[in-house]
Amino acid sequence: MSRREKNLWILGGIAIVVYALFPIAWIVSLSLKAPSDLSNGQFLPTNVSWENYELILTGGASDLFLPALRNSFGIVLIATAIAVFLAMFAAYAIARLDFPGKKLILSTALAVAIFPVISIVTPLFNLWRQIGLYDTWPGLIIPYLSLTLPISIWTLSAFFREIPWEMEQAAQVDGATTWQAFRKVIVPLAAPGVFTTAIIAFFIAWNDFVYGISLTSTDAARPVPAALGLFSGASQFESPTGGISAAAVVVTIPVVILVLLFQRRIVAGLTNGAVKG
Amino acid sequence: MSTTTLPPAGEKTKPKSAPQISDRSKAERKLGWMLAGPAFAVMLLVTAYPILQAFYESLFDFRLTDPENRSFTWFSNYYVILTDQIWWTALGVTLFITVVTVAVELVLGFGLALVMVKALSSIRPVIRAAILIPYAVITVVSAFAWQFAFSLTSGFVNTWFSWVPGIGADTDWFGGQWSALFVICLAEIWKTTPFISLLLLAGLAQVPEVLQEAARVDGASWWQRLTKVTIPNMKAAIMVALLFRSLDAFRVFDSIFVMTNGANNTETVSFLAYRQTISRLEIGLGSAVSVLLFLCVVIICAVFIKGFKVDLSSTTGDK
Repeated sequence: MSRREKNLWILGGIAIVVYALFPIAWIVSLSLKAPSDLSNGQFLPTNVSWENYELILTGGASDLFLPALRNSFGIVLIATAIAVFLAMFAAYAIARLDFPGKKLILSTALAVAIFPVISIVTPLFNLWRQIGLYDTWPGLIIPYLSLTLPISIWTLSAFFREIPWEMEQAAQVDGATTWQAFRKVIVPLAAPGVFTTAIIAFFIAWNDFVYGISLTSTDAARPVPAALGLFSGASQFESPTGGISAAAVVVTIPVVILVLLFQRRIVAGLTNGAVKG
Repeated sequence: MSTTTLPPAGEKTKPKSAPQISDRSKAERKLGWMLAGPAFAVMLLVTAYPILQAFYESLFDFRLTDPENRSFTWFSNYYVILTDQIWWTALGVTLFITVVTVAVELVLGFGLALVMVKALSSIRPVIRAAILIPYAVITVVSAFAWQFAFSLTSGFVNTWFSWVPGIGADTDWFGGQWSALFVICLAEIWKTTPFISLLLLAGLAQVPEVLQEAARVDGASWWQRLTKVTIPNMKAAIMVALLFRSLDAFRVFDSIFVMTNGANNTETVSFLAYRQTISRLEIGLGSAVSVLLFLCVVIICAVFIKGFKVDLSSTTGDK
């Protein structure tokens, strides 16, 4: 590669980093602006102020934001755990056993993944009201499975296919018991895939807005994205922009950290599950 | 395994694949369904059941605030919707957003994937991490970031781009249909291009290096290698990426809700269904819109699979 060409690709790389981080930098910058500074028409704040963070963490908007944060973490973690647990068995069967219906299960997962979410919301809204699941944690956990389960089945099946299962027999030949062979050989090989799948499923459920806004009405179950969407209406401050920005930064940081830590695995999981030649 | 048993009378067998079923494979089938069954059942329960329920409810004239007057009206809800300009506007806006974002993302995503392939191994992790960030950011957060950037009060775009003719301090981006759609598309493109580029990256990795080398030896230019060797060889990956993103774009809801709330003719089909059901409590009409949206998704799928011959079985890796 010539020197000029090399520089060109480096330039391309820098452009990508700027592209990806620009809106994040903007929302961070916005969250550090004092209310009087919000409409300065500039990208950066004139003075750095922590007012917006105080507002959402201890101040007037905290009773909207903090319960939402708790709901989001709780509901999304439970929905992810259930999905990954169910998907582990399904993916094991798909990767290792030969049975008719494998294709049916994978196609169903695909169909569910592309299903328009709003078409599920409409009937659930009415049903949940009748049976008392409206505005409760289970009332969101159940529909969240439609988001987390298909991707978990896909990603995990792809990961499990790559596991050299012969090693299990090899360990048994060497004198390990069935349980030892599973525990010492298969679990360490499968764990990274399970973990990556959990992260990807977590992202997808964490991102949900449609269910959150449609199937909740109070802070009993309302997750963060829905709370953000309602900030403007529910709070009494003149401009909710600062508060929304600060809340957005708070919910974005954990996700960004996860991405930075596990980027290689996440890319493998996303592409394994989706495009496998 | 020489012991073969005749299948029980009730059980259907496929003659071509398994004329004789051994006890072992019968047990394997049973175990397979025992392990995969629960996940399968849950998937059906959370999608197939609601869409059937939606279809049933779409046949009624039913408003939640007026439960006494619930009446069976056959397909009159569909007639009401399909003869209303609101539906066609929403469908048009949705198709516009889908086509524009997917087209731009395909080109942009391909560029990103090429840079990632060519980038020096030392900076590749940095690029990969950067590219994942938009993917991981909540759609609502991204929508707010873009809205605030273009907003009249808190934005900086009008200040930065005041030298462009037509943009001034009082340019109200969300005041008109086209300018609002422009910002909505920008936000969608920023957020979802990484996903498409990762799919394309995986496709790029499957193009045999030998072919590239052969083309280079034969004197093909960079552009010729790209259009004659690389792209034809990753057609399957491109089509799968296109299908996924088109279906995803067609459901666009979050950005609309945050940025315009459907004002100035920026309502999409998903938003229309939401407004009928959740805001207006018109269960019958809302359900009918939901069913129509579902049918649109089925049609898009069918067009891709039949029309463009997208082979999804290669996608699932089940061969």
